[in-house]
Amino acid sequence: MVTSTSKYKYIACDPAKCVGCQLCEYICSYTKNGDYNTYRSRIRTVRAEEVLITAIACHTCEDAPCVIACTTDALIQDPVSGIVRVDPSRCDGCAWCIEACDFGAISINPATKLAEICDQCETMEDGPQCVIWCPKDALELTTPELRAQKARRKLASEEALT
Amino acid sequence: MYGYSGKILHIDLKEKKNWVEEKPESFYKTYIGGVSMASRLCWENIEVGCDPLSPGNPVCIANGIFAGTPVPVGGKYGLASKSPLTGFIGDSLSGSWFTIALKRAGWDGVVVHNSSDDWVYIFIDDDRIQIRDAKKLLGKGTFATEEAIREELGDDQVRSATIGPAGENLVLFGNVTNDGRQAGRTGHGAVWGSKKLKAISVRGTHGVKVADPDTLMKLSFEITDAAQGPHTSKYRMLGTATNVLNMNKIGLLPTRNYQQGVFEDAEMVSGEYLDEHHKVKVIACAQCPIACEQMSAVRDGPYAGAMTGIEYECLYAVSSNCGINDLRAAIKMIEICDQGGMDAMSCGVTVSWTMESFERGVFKKEDFICKKYPEGFEPYFGNGEAGVTLCELIRDREAIGEMLSLGTKRASKITDEERGSETYKWAMNIKGLENPGYDARGLKTFSVGLATGTRGGCHNRSAAYDPDIKGEVDRFTIDDTRGEVARSSEEYAAVYDALPLCKFIRRCFTGKADRAGAWPMIADLINATTGWDFTYDDVDAIGIRAHTIKKAFNIREGWTRADDTLPYRWLHDKIPEGASAGCVIPENELEQLLDMYYAAKGWTNDGLMPKDLLVSLGMEDVAEEIGV
Repeated sequence: MVTSTSKYKYIACDPAKCVGCQLCEYICSYTKNGDYNTYRSRIRTVRAEEVLITAIACHTCEDAPCVIACTTDALIQDPVSGIVRVDPSRCDGCAWCIEACDFGAISINPATKLAEICDQCETMEDGPQCVIWCPKDALELTTPELRAQKARRKLASEEALT
Repeated sequence: MYGYSGKILHIDLKEKKNWVEEKPESFYKTYIGGVSMASRLCWENIEVGCDPLSPGNPVCIANGIFAGTPVPVGGKYGLASKSPLTGFIGDSLSGSWFTIALKRAGWDGVVVHNSSDDWVYIFIDDDRIQIRDAKKLLGKGTFATEEAIREELGDDQVRSATIGPAGENLVLFGNVTNDGRQAGRTGHGAVWGSKKLKAISVRGTHGVKVADPDTLMKLSFEITDAAQGPHTSKYRMLGTATNVLNMNKIGLLPTRNYQQGVFEDAEMVSGEYLDEHHKVKVIACAQCPIACEQMSAVRDGPYAGAMTGIEYECLYAVSSNCGINDLRAAIKMIEICDQGGMDAMSCGVTVSWTMESFERGVFKKEDFICKKYPEGFEPYFGNGEAGVTLCELIRDREAIGEMLSLGTKRASKITDEERGSETYKWAMNIKGLENPGYDARGLKTFSVGLATGTRGGCHNRSAAYDPDIKGEVDRFTIDDTRGEVARSSEEYAAVYDALPLCKFIRRCFTGKADRAGAWPMIADLINATTGWDFTYDDVDAIGIRAHTIKKAFNIREGWTRADDTLPYRWLHDKIPEGASAGCVIPENELEQLLDMYYAAKGWTNDGLMPKDLLVSLGMEDVAEEIGV
């Protein structure tokens, strides 16, 4: 069950636009780790069916289940941005957070044994690099409510045209 | 070394063992990757003169130099074996995740030797190699096989190259599929099938180390950006299927087995019609910002639910070329090929040969008795259901499909011997590989590119249709520049096939697709990846060497000048109507073209390669073996 209609921004992907090129994964692993390893990306493309493709990163749930599940209080959610930060001195790589996440958006880095979660490139001036790089403009930093507004507007304009 | 691991993985299916071969940097500088390196690995590991379906024919895979980096369209690999269709080098390219996973697993290439007694698949889990039982996978289509392996191994990130039922059944134009893309031509599926190799699966978890990641990132971003503009709009909007109307307009759209160059119903099978009525979504290969694959579905009629990616080369073969004006049947035929794991081009041209043979009375209705039609059926041109059924019969090697699965060269020989017919006159293949969707009678420069093609009738290796169609030369006549034009365009294309980069990116470097427009930036990309100091000339030499190793392979397998020829129809029958009416390539014209082409290549008049030419390319060991 999806638990959240969060007020926080998150990186959303429009499956109608996503072509599955994985460039978001390259820029993420390069930005975060300085190398080209899509396995270490914090945003993941998924091809569930031949034409069912999307990309998934942390959804910044309210009362995030990963934070609740963390047994060592290593995950701390920023009350303003909703970004879930990992305290490396506390995280022991137990992976409870992975099990708690409804979106499969968390992974453990095998080298550091630490949880890795999308932080929306919060330290970078121009924001999330995957959003900038996505060649098909499929990614945006948005909130569930903003997406709903957009969907309503699209529907309204389509109905007006028919 | 940056950009490469320096390691080739060898696997022996009979002895069930594997070993690592370390290659020096000079090897990579000479052969780079893709088709070039795969062909070189095949040159090194094949039992010379072997039957292509025997254990002596290795499966050779070579990653690209840019696989696993953000360089746009660099996620491609080369696959080489001796082709069961041509008996010469069979080199194919495919894109997407499989090669990236292989690179991340730490391998520049893989060579599979020998044959297994039981059906197996190989699992390359970084540096751990397993040969696993594949009995449960038998009979599964290509996409289903990939999914089943992911499920068995319990990891969504495992990427596989597989064969479908066609390869298992040794259909000679069976192919290898990964991630919905095909190493489509020359019959790799049959080679894998002969080894009882159902799939190669890979999990690669490492990053790819390059010399200058910051520069590579910056260059990649610029190219990615340019790839969203007008230079790729053709591929992004309608995909390659847009060529149907273009080719029809210039009278070169193969129609009814190349009897005509104009299809009266071309609009109904065009990229534009496909876009309006059948398109579901556009998808990309991994590492590609263009996204050209037009996933298309059938929504009504007997084939409702059929869905696959539609490219021009598959589309012409099963639609206009079979006189079929119903895209629903055409999509179904391509889906059967894609899921069954066979080359839709060779399959379509084999179906059109069958249809012409039926219309000319060589085949009768009762020749087409099968489980689905116990009374037989009538495969006249335009009969979509007959086209669909023939594809199924070929895939399953059922009834007449048994013979048709051998391709037009062998099927026509068998038929003519049995029935005293002359079906070879409309067997549209070169060296045994069925022709692409360009009627070369009206593209004189391209005709010599096709005739001399090292893998047979192929539009990807010679790019000489480009100067013909663009009007840089007169496509209706020949003059003494054509050997040079054909040489130049072929070696240009070979650079892309060796890196490999998808050719659809060619205008995105500077807006100009020629050498001057592309080579400097490609040199920058190579240098940022490897730390080398490649120049314009070094980039140019990549293509020359790539072509040379393939040609050397063919010479060693017994190639002679007589093999560089064209189908009987193109040498004898004129195009009857349309913008290319009257075009034909008389044999004396072809001979003139061959003379010019061999001279431009610096070869002897017999088409053989002089020793000093090979030595000047740094291929001394090749010179020793075949140089004259």
